[in-house]
Amino acid sequence: MRKKYKALVLFAVIAALVVSNCLAPLTIAGAARSEKVLILATTTSTKDTGLLDYLLPIFKKKTGITVKSIAVGSGQALTMGQRGDADVLLVHSPAQEKTFMSKGYGKTRKDVMYNYFVIIGPKNDPAKVKTAPDALTAFKRIAAAKAKFVSRGDNSGTNTKELGFWKAAGATPSGSWYMKTGQGMAATIRIANEKNAYTLTDEGTYLVQKKSISLELLLKKTKDLKNQYGVITVNPAKHSFVNYNGAVRFSDFLTSREGQRLIGSYGTKKYGKTLFVPNAKK
Amino acid sequence: MELLIEGIKQAFMLIFTGDPLVIEATVGSLKTSGSAVIISLLLGVPLGLLLALTRFPGRNVFVSIINAGMGLPPVVVGLFVAVFLWRSGPLGSLELMYTMPAMVIAQVVIALPLVAGLTTSAIQQLNPKLRLQALALGATKGQMLYTLIKEARLMTFAAVIAGFGAIISEVGAVLMVGGNISGQTRVLTTAIVEEVGKGEFSEAIALSIILLSLTFLATYGLTYYQQKGVGK
Repeated sequence: MRKKYKALVLFAVIAALVVSNCLAPLTIAGAARSEKVLILATTTSTKDTGLLDYLLPIFKKKTGITVKSIAVGSGQALTMGQRGDADVLLVHSPAQEKTFMSKGYGKTRKDVMYNYFVIIGPKNDPAKVKTAPDALTAFKRIAAAKAKFVSRGDNSGTNTKELGFWKAAGATPSGSWYMKTGQGMAATIRIANEKNAYTLTDEGTYLVQKKSISLELLLKKTKDLKNQYGVITVNPAKHSFVNYNGAVRFSDFLTSREGQRLIGSYGTKKYGKTLFVPNAKK
Repeated sequence: MELLIEGIKQAFMLIFTGDPLVIEATVGSLKTSGSAVIISLLLGVPLGLLLALTRFPGRNVFVSIINAGMGLPPVVVGLFVAVFLWRSGPLGSLELMYTMPAMVIAQVVIALPLVAGLTTSAIQQLNPKLRLQALALGATKGQMLYTLIKEARLMTFAAVIAGFGAIISEVGAVLMVGGNISGQTRVLTTAIVEEVGKGEFSEAIALSIILLSLTFLATYGLTYYQQKGVGK
């Protein structure tokens, strides 16, 4: 009997320790609304390329602010900002960003960096994308050939860009050749790879995935493939509870000389080239 | 196939060298799922007892809800918990979104019906005479309940095993309310999703092996303890 009690007490102690340890943030959160936590809603590409894992610890060291980065598509990130569920956004969907700003959901928007979208696809290139002078022509050719194309279909920045091309090409993508994944960029590339299909991706995510896929880079660096990232602070006038000060510091950090230098040098070691070109206005 | 073998090889390297990501995700999983299963047990067993031993209007509806809850789709749980915890939601001021407590809440919602439901049926399966006998022998109400739980412990353990298995292997809900933030809310399942996304398959396989081993060890431990009681 005694032994049983011992086991019970031991269990109770362990249980109490585990639970209290895990729930500790609860009391902190309840005690004071902390200025030291910042919620960043961003695109999957900044996380999948590892850029954020590289930048955020440096930002924390400088400011003491812990950034919670939530990687979703740009569309969803903007919705989070609209509801005040994020303090700051790092997104790449200029058209959607413009609407967001004009409706007053954002306080400030600054350019941070750019890279290029690329079109990747099967080696034999049935739609002759490789010889296209620009992305618009490439999309026209894909639509005309009804060549297999895998779309994000998730309202992300990349998806918005892609839909813009179809619209400009006067094509309505539908039918069995057009597949929507509803997933992030990396997952979409992998699906395109299995289906041996074309897809539009940001270059950074492609470089990360490159080693394990058989699709080839077919079109890059045309003017209409430029991919601009911007940082937006959520307007505190819309939601009094957002951490605006933290958001400003993060926005300033990304566009500062140091932040820009860090962004520009990221990825050179691992991928042999920079993944993002810093272009904040001085 | 080559990928798998290479992955498993690297996986063991990562595990034995104490790769920081592997450790972080493992500790995260144990913390959240451990807390959630304990809380579910503390809430679920009394609830199960209450449902098994008392009769009140609407009880059948309540029991049906609990039973239906055993099959709650985790992503749905994640979504609803998120809607409540978002800063724009009714409990937003608690600032729990994207923290471990938020993940524990979601996991408790998933595990609680399992524990409560299985406890209810366990107690109800006991011979009703046992209760009367205990009381006739002069047991207090507390002692009587203790006797019942003791008798039904096999099923209660099954409930814990089922609950733990359900939440440690779950990814949809914890990803939604936790956000898989490195250094804060990363657990094994969400880290696996992330590593696959990055194309880091060996890391993903390493994490998978740990997840499988953990689930097995926990289940084995509980089953061992459970089976010890058999035949006595």
